[in-house]
Order: sequence, then structure tokens, then C-alpha cells
Amino acid sequence: MSATILSWSLLMAQILLGMAMAIACFRMIRGPRAQDRILSLDALYVNAMLFLLVLGMRTGSTLYFEAALVISILGFISTLALAKFLMRGEIIE
Amino acid sequence: MTDTAALPAWAALVVSFLVLLGAGLTVIGAIGLLRFKTFYERMHAPTLGATWGAGGILLGSILFFSVLQSRPVLHEALIAVFVTVTTPVTLMLLARAALYRDRSEGSTAVPPPIGVDGEAKTDRPV
Repeated sequence: MSATILSWSLLMAQILLGMAMAIACFRMIRGPRAQDRILSLDALYVNAMLFLLVLGMRTGSTLYFEAALVISILGFISTLALAKFLMRGEIIE
Repeated sequence: MTDTAALPAWAALVVSFLVLLGAGLTVIGAIGLLRFKTFYERMHAPTLGATWGAGGILLGSILFFSVLQSRPVLHEALIAVFVTVTTPVTLMLLARAALYRDRSEGSTAVPPPIGVDGEAKTDRPV
């Protein structure tokens, strides 16, 4: 019984996170300005990281944790670089 | 999918609650990203997913693997610390870049820069 509840709520969480990723993609395509696109790319990175964590719980393996860690680090670096590019027009001065 | 049956009932219920809380808060943040009108309002919405959205799912994951392997599995705390530290840094930098762009275009929707003596300045050092 409790295992059924757990597996259904993990599936539901994956569906919700997929919806959040789709909304972030929509805002990234439609976003009126460059900063909106960067913001929704950052949100997309966080959502993809959470999606991978829930996938790791569903399959019961800890291998997905490393992928989630790499995604969160790359999201930080890329958002930082894009914000710097908006501010100065170049990244490495 | 087979390992979830080995979890005791209390842990399964707590993990379900935490994961659904995290996913629900994340999707609420995404809806805010879709529906707010200006960029500076939209900036606040996804942080809901970066704080308690990530926190709920990471706590659920820590509890799940700790109970399943009957030893403390704390490496998800690494992601929690990393996200908590980096989100304010990136969003503040992005907000300053957006403010700089709006000001350099002469937009009237953002307040003008303020100098050291409290008077408005026209040329703004970065």
C-alpha cells in the first residue's frame, strides 16, 4: 500500500517537474528580452536537476546524483557567464 | 522500481509528502515565471523552486536512500548547499545586468541611479 503511494507520488512529481520544464521552455522561446530568456534557462536547469533526482529515487539508484550535481554546477556557471555578457558585452576581459 | 517496496510505511509516506511538496512548489514557481508582467516580478518566481522546491526533493531523497541502505546517505546535502549559495549570486548579477540595460536605453520604468551625495547621476560607473 505505502509502496503504491510512493511510486504514484514519484510519478506525479515527475509529471509536475516536466510541466515546470515545459513552462520554462515556453518562456525562453517567447521571453520578450534577453534577460527573460536567461532567467528561464536558469529555472530550466534547476528543474532538470530536480527531475533527475526524482528519477534516481524511482529507479532506486544513486547514479543520477552525479548527473544532478554536474547540471547544477553547469547551470550556475552558464547563468553567471550570460549575465556577465549582458552587462559588459564580453565574458573574459 | 523494485526497491521502493522495501521501504517501511512511515518512510514511504514522509518521502511522498516531501517530494510532492517540492514538485508542487517548483511548478507554482514556473507558473509565476509564465504569468508575471515585468521582468523584475518574474525574477522572484523561480526562486520558489530553488529554495523549498529543491529542499523538499533533496530531503526526501536523503531520507529515501538513508532508510533504504540503513546508513546515513548525505551527499544530496552537497547539492542543497550549492544551490542555496549560488542562486542569490546569479540572480543578483542578472538583475543588475537587466537594470543596466534598462537604464542605458533610457527606460522610465526603472529608478535612476543615485550618486554618493544622494543626487541622481547621468553617467553610471559599473
